[in-house]
Amino acid sequence: MTKNLRVKSSEYIDETNRISFKFNGKTYHGFKGDTLASALLANNVHLVGRSFKYHRPRGIMTSGSEEPNAIVQINPGTNRTEPNVRATEVEIYEGLEASSQNCWPSVEFDIGGINNFLSPFFPAGFYYKTFMWPASFWKKYEFFIRHSAGLGKSPTSSDPDIYDHRNIHYDVLVVGAGISGILAAKNAAKNNFKTLLVDEKNELGGSTVYENNEFNKINNKTPSEWLKKEIEELKNIKNLEIKTRTSVAAYHQYNYLLARENLTDHLEAKDKTNKIRQRLLKIRAKKVILATGALERPLIFNNNDRPGIMLSSAIKKYSEFYGVACGSKIVFFTNNDSAYESALSLYNKGINVESIVDIRDQSESKIVKKIKDAGIKIYWSHTIVDTAGYKRLNSVSIMKLSNDGTSVTGSKISISCDCLGVAGGWTPAVHLYTQSGSKLKFDEEKQIFLPNQNTSEQISVGSCDGDFKINEIIKNLNQKLKDTLNIKETDLDNIKVEIDQENSKRNIWLLPSDKPLGKTKPFVDYQNDATAKDIKLALREGFRSIEHVKRYTTTGMGTDQGKLGNMHALGIIADTAGVKMGELGTTTFRPPYTPLTFGTIVGRNVGKFFDIFRRTPMNDWHVENKAEFENVGQWKRAWYYPINGETMHQAVQRESKAARESVGILDASTLGKIDIQGSDASEFLNRVYTNAWSKLAIGKCRYGLMLNEDGMVYDDGVTTRLGENHYIMTTTTGGAANVLGKLEDYLQTEWPELDVYLTSVTDHYATASLCGPNSKKILKKIIPDLDLSDENFPHMSFKEAKIGNIKCRIMRISFTGEHSYEINVQASYGKDLWEKCMEAGKEFNITPYGTETMHLLRAEKGFIIVGQDTDGTMTPIDLQMDWIVSKKKYDFIGKRSLYRSDTMREDRKQLVGLLTEDPNVVLEEGSQIVSELNQSPVEMLGHVTSSYFSPNLNKSIALAVVKGGKDMMGKQLSVPMENKNINVTVANPVFYDEKNERLNA
Amino acid sequence: MFLINCPYCGERDQQEFKAGGEAHIQRPRQPTELSDDEWAEYLFMRKNIKGVQFERWNHAHGCRKWFNMIRDTSNDEIKAIYKMGEKPPAQ
Ligand SMILES: [Zn+2]
Repeated sequence: MTKNLRVKSSEYIDETNRISFKFNGKTYHGFKGDTLASALLANNVHLVGRSFKYHRPRGIMTSGSEEPNAIVQINPGTNRTEPNVRATEVEIYEGLEASSQNCWPSVEFDIGGINNFLSPFFPAGFYYKTFMWPASFWKKYEFFIRHSAGLGKSPTSSDPDIYDHRNIHYDVLVVGAGISGILAAKNAAKNNFKTLLVDEKNELGGSTVYENNEFNKINNKTPSEWLKKEIEELKNIKNLEIKTRTSVAAYHQYNYLLARENLTDHLEAKDKTNKIRQRLLKIRAKKVILATGALERPLIFNNNDRPGIMLSSAIKKYSEFYGVACGSKIVFFTNNDSAYESALSLYNKGINVESIVDIRDQSESKIVKKIKDAGIKIYWSHTIVDTAGYKRLNSVSIMKLSNDGTSVTGSKISISCDCLGVAGGWTPAVHLYTQSGSKLKFDEEKQIFLPNQNTSEQISVGSCDGDFKINEIIKNLNQKLKDTLNIKETDLDNIKVEIDQENSKRNIWLLPSDKPLGKTKPFVDYQNDATAKDIKLALREGFRSIEHVKRYTTTGMGTDQGKLGNMHALGIIADTAGVKMGELGTTTFRPPYTPLTFGTIVGRNVGKFFDIFRRTPMNDWHVENKAEFENVGQWKRAWYYPINGETMHQAVQRESKAARESVGILDASTLGKIDIQGSDASEFLNRVYTNAWSKLAIGKCRYGLMLNEDGMVYDDGVTTRLGENHYIMTTTTGGAANVLGKLEDYLQTEWPELDVYLTSVTDHYATASLCGPNSKKILKKIIPDLDLSDENFPHMSFKEAKIGNIKCRIMRISFTGEHSYEINVQASYGKDLWEKCMEAGKEFNITPYGTETMHLLRAEKGFIIVGQDTDGTMTPIDLQMDWIVSKKKYDFIGKRSLYRSDTMREDRKQLVGLLTEDPNVVLEEGSQIVSELNQSPVEMLGHVTSSYFSPNLNKSIALAVVKGGKDMMGKQLSVPMENKNINVTVANPVFYDEKNERLNA
Repeated sequence: MFLINCPYCGERDQQEFKAGGEAHIQRPRQPTELSDDEWAEYLFMRKNIKGVQFERWNHAHGCRKWFNMIRDTSNDEIKAIYKMGEKPPAQ
């Protein structure tokens, strides 16, 4: 039965704009301005979901972002679907579809509901206790748990929406546009502070815009009337920017805040396309004014979770703001006066308020008198002991509360009703405040945590600072604004406020029932189904820290982070353990305040913008010639060039043979290049490399090994002396940025006296490496006038030359053991250089090769790759590269560490070659090496670091690090694999041309 | 996210900076004359204080200069920033 429960026309609801939407497959109607929750309530739909553990029917409880129950899946089955969305925050639009979560097959008939009747078997920690053993059963348990639980479904196709990030800076950021926030923002902006005011809702004004309590007056107007005029005036204020539908998710130190601005979620599908859906605002503010308000607390009593049980303030908002009656027979249950405001609001609209159950013994305020005069029955000193109605509340049972509030007396009265408004007082929303690092204190009188120690330039104003009455709010706000903004006058100086006097509230964290606690279900965390008895059980089992109780009972660990029930959990723990709340502290409030979608977090960094990548100037050629690419750091490097459907193995074998038999060409542009100049450049190189540099002649190249201060190999590369005070250093591709950083660090902090200048020139040059016996002939063709004789241009030397008009630097150096040249040109000529080499090399069948072949060729020569054959634990001695460590130099980075007792151990892992017994078996890189097969446990001697099938030697070769390997030459070892054992022999790591004859060939 | 006042560039977001560990540990000028223990003291031993700590920072995505920072690690308050080679300001 669909029944329309609109009770008044509201200025926030556009009744001329009727909107149809679907909930759980059924079509309903609402109006522009409705949330999904208000529209469902107008259609008398309270049951919207099932709880997480017991699958109990649950209804809409609140009217805001703190909603624990009405969690829905938006637009299920589409690529715009989103789980875990609060129905209280979704603005409806034509075509919106939503469905319940946590239920199967439907919210009306849910198989998991049986858990509710089995609940004595689901105490706190149930999952931990039950499913832990036997361990092998976990997979079976998990299947059922995963099926019956679940918090919505993630989309299965990619998100069609655009998300954005923006950095913004303000003098003053005001968070929350209730009465405090509006007045704060207005006065800040009027005093020339560049101000931003944000609010998560689509309308400004918070709860005051529907505050019609006739006993509260501001300048003789109702607060609602008065504030609406203030809001109207905001439009004319310069320096003020207002963002609605903008929720601050995180407040970090130094007034850095992240906010999600919602731009299209309230629009129809056709209006969403090609627009930014959400924008993450990264806000830096000189001062932050928190006006985040307060959240109404529920009361904790037996079966306090049935559909139809709502916060009293929510019932009022639905009635006043949305014009919707949440029931036709409403009872309020309260410990303070705010329920009477809600009751009066309903009464004035002709909605039947059945009675008010108040745990206090009296209240003298005018509003209470008005309710009495209206003939609404008030049960003083009574509490609700139980409720009834499975899918919708149909009655409550009440009993007289004992004086100390711990038990009930007398006879039970049953009151029939279809809606219960619960008012447990107000909790300041201090979430963002504590995220900023600021500290709270507990106010024993008000029973709330309040801002205490600010760590940033910030203030908290209004109810988030514990001011709940309009007169207190305005008075304190005025003073705080003057202090923090350093201003003398404000608009608030001459405001006259009249308010109703409230009697103090009575706080009881857990209300008693006539049944023992064990037989009741007083929910503390609705979303995670944690009850007061779970918390008490945790305490009985010895948990003391609030953080441990939270995790054991899962209280506060849902998507709502326990915004409603956390205070009660603390109160119950404090009462049970007999400690003060202030001593107990709170659990940590973590960002985000409300959930963020991944899209918002990632912003534009999706697809090809996910990470930056670097391409060499020759890249287009590689692509045109069908190269496969591999990622090396951020570089896209040509990996191999398959032709005629070759596999990687076939291509690499062909390329490797060609490079040794005729000529190959490699794009080496990615190697890091650092230009080093200054009168102390040679001394600097002496200090950073293990070998000596002072005597390197101009025009000569030298290989260098760089260590960390701990003696471990850090990077390597060839450095060329271009002039008296000028060197060009090359680094590994992946290490370039770190090497530059390390060198700068030493220059700036340890050796500021050295006259040395470093410039990264990696991107300035393109490098083609010609490798093989025919490389010289090609170079001769493209630079005919360069004397390439060994006398003029020997191995490890450098020449400047010109290819046509293009200047180039040529180094005769080799990473493959072949006669090779590295030709460097200005980056923009890179592709041209490459094509010239290819053209000139045609007659020699020049073969482009990629990184894989380069790796294979250098492994044949036993050359290491830093980061592949080393892992930060290898010294040059471990690598059998003693020859590169200068004995004469007094000092260099890492020298002293080479003489530490640990680095001098004989049984360190050392680099060796490995040959397999069967030359066709190629070892897997990373495989472990052992000597004894029958030992248990077997000692791991080391592992394989590089392994290839060498086409030039026609056998499998490998490099490995092995404990004491240096002295194992010729020794048989084993590489045990899953189904077999591979016999290997320790060998010299230089497999090919040990005498370096080919370099000079 | 800190707001760091680079002594060369002014206030910048923490994203632009790299932390470089404890400050005022000078590399020994004559490492070869140190015992293993003395060298290990320089190489490995670093303080990790809850409270006021002296740190090195680098404006890596800015001027690339190294500088020193005094920071209270318990609340991330930056108490002072000063250039390399300068003495820490009095606390
Ligand atoms: Zn800087």
